Amino acid sequence: MNVPENVISTNGFAIRTDRVSRHYKMGDALIRAVDQISLEVQTGEFLALLGASGSGKSTLLNLIAGLDRPSSGAILAQGRDLAGMSSEELASHRNQTIGIVFQSFQLLPRMTLEENVELPLRLAEVPRGERPERVREALDRVGLGARVKHRPPELSGGEQQRAAIARALVNRPMILLADEPTGNLDTKTGEEIMGLIAAIHRPPSGAGRTIVMVTHERALAERFADRIVTLSDGAISREERLR
Amino acid sequence: MKVRDLTELAARNLREAVLRNSLTTLGIAVGVASLVALLSLGVGLQQLVNRSVARAGLFDTVSVRPRQNTPFGQPGGGGGRRTPREGSNLEPPRALDDAARKEIAALPNVLEVNPEVRFTAEARLEPNSQLVLVSGMAQSSQSSGTLDGMTGKFFSGPDVQEVIVQGDMAKRLLEDGKAPTALLGQEITLRFAQRQALPPPSQQAAADAPNQAVGPDEEAMGFSIVPSEKKFRVVGVLPGSDSGGGPVGFNNAGLYLPLAVAEKLQVVQGADLRDVARTSTGVGQRYAALNVRATGPAAVTQLESSISHMGFAAFSLIDVTRNLRTFFAIFDLFLGIFGSLALAVASLGIINTLVMAILERRREIGVLKALGAANRDVRQLFFAEAGVMGLVGGVAGVMLGWGIGRVIQFGTMVYMKRQGLSSPNIWSVPWWLVLGAIGFAVLISLVSGIYPASRAAQLDPVEALRYE
Repeated sequence: MNVPENVISTNGFAIRTDRVSRHYKMGDALIRAVDQISLEVQTGEFLALLGASGSGKSTLLNLIAGLDRPSSGAILAQGRDLAGMSSEELASHRNQTIGIVFQSFQLLPRMTLEENVELPLRLAEVPRGERPERVREALDRVGLGARVKHRPPELSGGEQQRAAIARALVNRPMILLADEPTGNLDTKTGEEIMGLIAAIHRPPSGAGRTIVMVTHERALAERFADRIVTLSDGAISREERLR
Repeated sequence: MKVRDLTELAARNLREAVLRNSLTTLGIAVGVASLVALLSLGVGLQQLVNRSVARAGLFDTVSVRPRQNTPFGQPGGGGGRRTPREGSNLEPPRALDDAARKEIAALPNVLEVNPEVRFTAEARLEPNSQLVLVSGMAQSSQSSGTLDGMTGKFFSGPDVQEVIVQGDMAKRLLEDGKAPTALLGQEITLRFAQRQALPPPSQQAAADAPNQAVGPDEEAMGFSIVPSEKKFRVVGVLPGSDSGGGPVGFNNAGLYLPLAVAEKLQVVQGADLRDVARTSTGVGQRYAALNVRATGPAAVTQLESSISHMGFAAFSLIDVTRNLRTFFAIFDLFLGIFGSLALAVASLGIINTLVMAILERRREIGVLKALGAANRDVRQLFFAEAGVMGLVGGVAGVMLGWGIGRVIQFGTMVYMKRQGLSSPNIWSVPWWLVLGAIGFAVLISLVSGIYPASRAAQLDPVEALRYE
């Protein structure tokens, strides 16, 4: 079930969307949250999705994550089309291929950090004997090795987001999706979190990960991302390669 | 997700809303308790009846009597089975004599064949006297459970002048206020009608004419009836009344003598008078009735049939007990339905609790789905929570039901004692009921969990994650 860290997709693209759309009906009105977006994300690339509120960047991220299904178009992740997957296969995709970090951390408050981080391993049916080491490794990586027995409400916002990153990485996914990871943090803590994400993207040793980050902070995007795609009204309005 | 992980998460979730989940579980427990309490009562009553019947040897005993041929079949509902050919045959009935006794004893699955000796006598213990039904008791009764609860001991031998007395009869023979057991060791005088054989007519004739030859087929015919008395020492006192507790059915009596002793008393019985009045082809002693003990209840039907084919009326209570079983099956069914009503109400509590849990844990469900939980995992998680509530409620309910049963049993005992009656055990919680009740509670809980679990599984993760 576990994907080795050095696996690289065969076509060179970690993610590829082909005229993907997500439309909602609200009464008689049709809301085009994402409209005909075609996008390619190279394996190992750090892509920032920039845009104003309601531009469709989070909807696009949800489609890539397999949390939502497109109204039309195709989404390929690691060479597999998400649109054609069953709900079970999508669940497996969320568990194995990607890791997600949310703006509001989404840790379960009644569980300790190690229990929160262990959740994806439980869902992946990783043998119980392997789990403590994997959890410890993930928490050590984000600098929370000493806080394993703490519950989220006992931690600061930055620590909670680091724990959320540890949870996203514990199944060793190839792709990390981050939805406004610094949105609930002060500037200094936001910087720390971005540093951590950058380290995950390009670790001192070993292979890095493909990262897609939604943000509305251009400065952060310019500082850490390889490429910025700006969305407006559900469509790509601008694309900038930085590195 | 693996079962252990599911169970751990379910238990953790249940602990989070401990008050609400405890109340829901308590609802299940009360439902199960009512089910267990009612069914235990049904089972207990059934066992009480079965015990009484079995103790009297009714399940494995066949009563055999001579047929009474009349153009209208057998009067008195003797229960013997007859073929149509036999029914129209008006030949003299076959005598229940020594030869017949040996023939019956030789049938397969027969443990023993004992004559039924029952007569009315006057029992005297100065200054009281009572008319009493006396019965002969076989030595095998000692180990059959017939004498459960007896104070004292069984007969010290088959030919001793000892007697066992029913509790109520003992009270009547004693002075007012004395306990029945005060009769132990005392001597009771029995006065009864004894049969004394008349000398054969040939002997009478020989005395009159000594030179006349006596024919070989000339036997003693007729008897005279004389009053007789004998003393017996009381060795045992049975509980209950001579119409209620203790040995009932075929052998119900106020006094019991060793069977061999009762036979030797040569007491006049009803059948003697009948035999005098009719032609008989019997050889040796003739019996009013024989009690045939089979190896077990399963052998009784076949044995009854074999004895009927030998030309005797045979009767057992197997048919009666079959009806009894049917009655108790229906009785238990009704008790079960009434008991299940409370469990049905409890199942609504489970649905309510789990639906509330979906609302409260909407975001958590979204997180689980975002981390890779499939719809199946979420559904199983809610099922597991329902199942854990059912299991805990079932176990608690069985304990509660057992406790209620003990209280009812205690109350019944106190009431019966105040009424001066014996206090039988009317309560029984067999293992099948314990396991069945717990299993039923889990099943009902899982069924109740279907709707909430499906609803939770169908939640849109994006919507769920936005939920505040």
